[in-house]
Amino acid sequence: MRVQLIVLAALALPGSSLATPVAYTPPAETAKLAPGPDIEIVRANCSACHSVDYIITQPRVFKEPRAFWTAEVAKMKKAYGAPIKDENVPKIIDYLTATYGR
Amino acid sequence: MADVLRRTLIEAALTFGMSGMAKAATVTLPFENGERPLVAYPQKRPLIRLTARPPQLETPFGVYDEGVLTPNDAFFVRYHLANAPPQELDAATFTLSIKGRVDRPLVLSLADLKAMPTVDLVAVNQCSGNGRGFSEPRVGGGQAANGLMGNARWRGVTLKAVLARAGVQKDAVQIRFDGMDGPVMAGTPDFAKALDVDHALDGEVMLAWGMNGADLPILNGFPLRLIVPGWYGTYWVKHVNEITVLDKPLDNFWMSTAYRVPDNACACVPPGTSAQTTRPIGKYNVRSFITNLADGVVVEAGRNLNVRGIAFDGGSGIAEVQISTDGGVSWSNAALGHDLGKYSFRPWNASVRLPKGRRAIKVRAVARSGEAQPLESLWNPAGYMRNGVETVTVEVA
Repeated sequence: MRVQLIVLAALALPGSSLATPVAYTPPAETAKLAPGPDIEIVRANCSACHSVDYIITQPRVFKEPRAFWTAEVAKMKKAYGAPIKDENVPKIIDYLTATYGR
Repeated sequence: MADVLRRTLIEAALTFGMSGMAKAATVTLPFENGERPLVAYPQKRPLIRLTARPPQLETPFGVYDEGVLTPNDAFFVRYHLANAPPQELDAATFTLSIKGRVDRPLVLSLADLKAMPTVDLVAVNQCSGNGRGFSEPRVGGGQAANGLMGNARWRGVTLKAVLARAGVQKDAVQIRFDGMDGPVMAGTPDFAKALDVDHALDGEVMLAWGMNGADLPILNGFPLRLIVPGWYGTYWVKHVNEITVLDKPLDNFWMSTAYRVPDNACACVPPGTSAQTTRPIGKYNVRSFITNLADGVVVEAGRNLNVRGIAFDGGSGIAEVQISTDGGVSWSNAALGHDLGKYSFRPWNASVRLPKGRRAIKVRAVARSGEAQPLESLWNPAGYMRNGVETVTVEVA
């Protein structure tokens, strides 16, 4: 669970200088990965740093979906420092290509 | 009346679960795989949720017809890293540190900043990838329609005044801005951006705490954010609490790898190809939108149809807005509305009379710099800087 944020926000009333606390509680994540082989590996590696709507909102009309997902997984590993074990990389690419390819 | 026909560009579909409890309303953005939930976040009305963690929320397009300033509760939200918004936001204890190549390193409270001469500026904030979902061929990344932009009256202090207190040293090259939000994994590059020192000290770049007469919403950078008028939102660092004056250009993922465009006049390459050389993204190009007519709307024949909308560019200001109802063969000028400044949305309106049938209305803006919108959007691999002429099709019956 997230820690609640308490901040002060000025009331929108004209002429008022009162402040009232505003709680920040984010709405629940609702996006879920579709079933497929090695979904546990995908979930463990791809949802620590972002919700899975990052995956499922990508276009599914790429001419070469495997090339797209291969590049995405490589970017996550190299540019964003995702600690993905080498042996899991092809499993993740297979799942993404089969499930969110075309 | 045309006003009766006014509605948002999106269609909300409320669905109900087995238990009778309301499930999330959804919208379908007009491109492949465009269905998104409408979700209300703290201090926000229901917005189009692109991603949940970190939150990325798109403004429903109909909001831009509500007025020239975008309401705070409808203003889009874009973050990069999952520890966002930051968890220790307290206006009373917040501090901004200024360090690096300065004579006097400073630590300033919000009260210190508010004691300085305040400035107000109306300026558009637009995401580099606004409209990326329309790229053809499609490109990866956040898949949004045109709701990643907003126009607000920002209140704060100029960065020039703040940095004058610290004393920028002669060998300064860039100024680095870092906010309180950060990554989950140690290996993920922290989000920080930089501006050249001359740009940062131009007297227009601001540190703002106020937005449209209220404090910044949490999701728009409370309690302090950078305002870079006319430049893409990637530079408008939220929750900014660390400013470092550098004696060499910032070389990090967010400057050297991400947010780069083809290094040519159009920032474009032939669709589906890659760029030989790139540069960091910078100023907005010129854009215009029709806000009062949704695509596919039915309008009454035999009457004048009011068409209105907004236009903006990277800060030269809008010279002309033109309408075409014959597929771009001929254009006629729209009337420009109230001018809130060269960085603001400029409202415009026009009246057209259309014969019965399916009719396309195109809008094109020309900036005071002479730049005009291209008829077709140009393409680049990241889907940045989209600005082709927009078209709304109406059914005249």
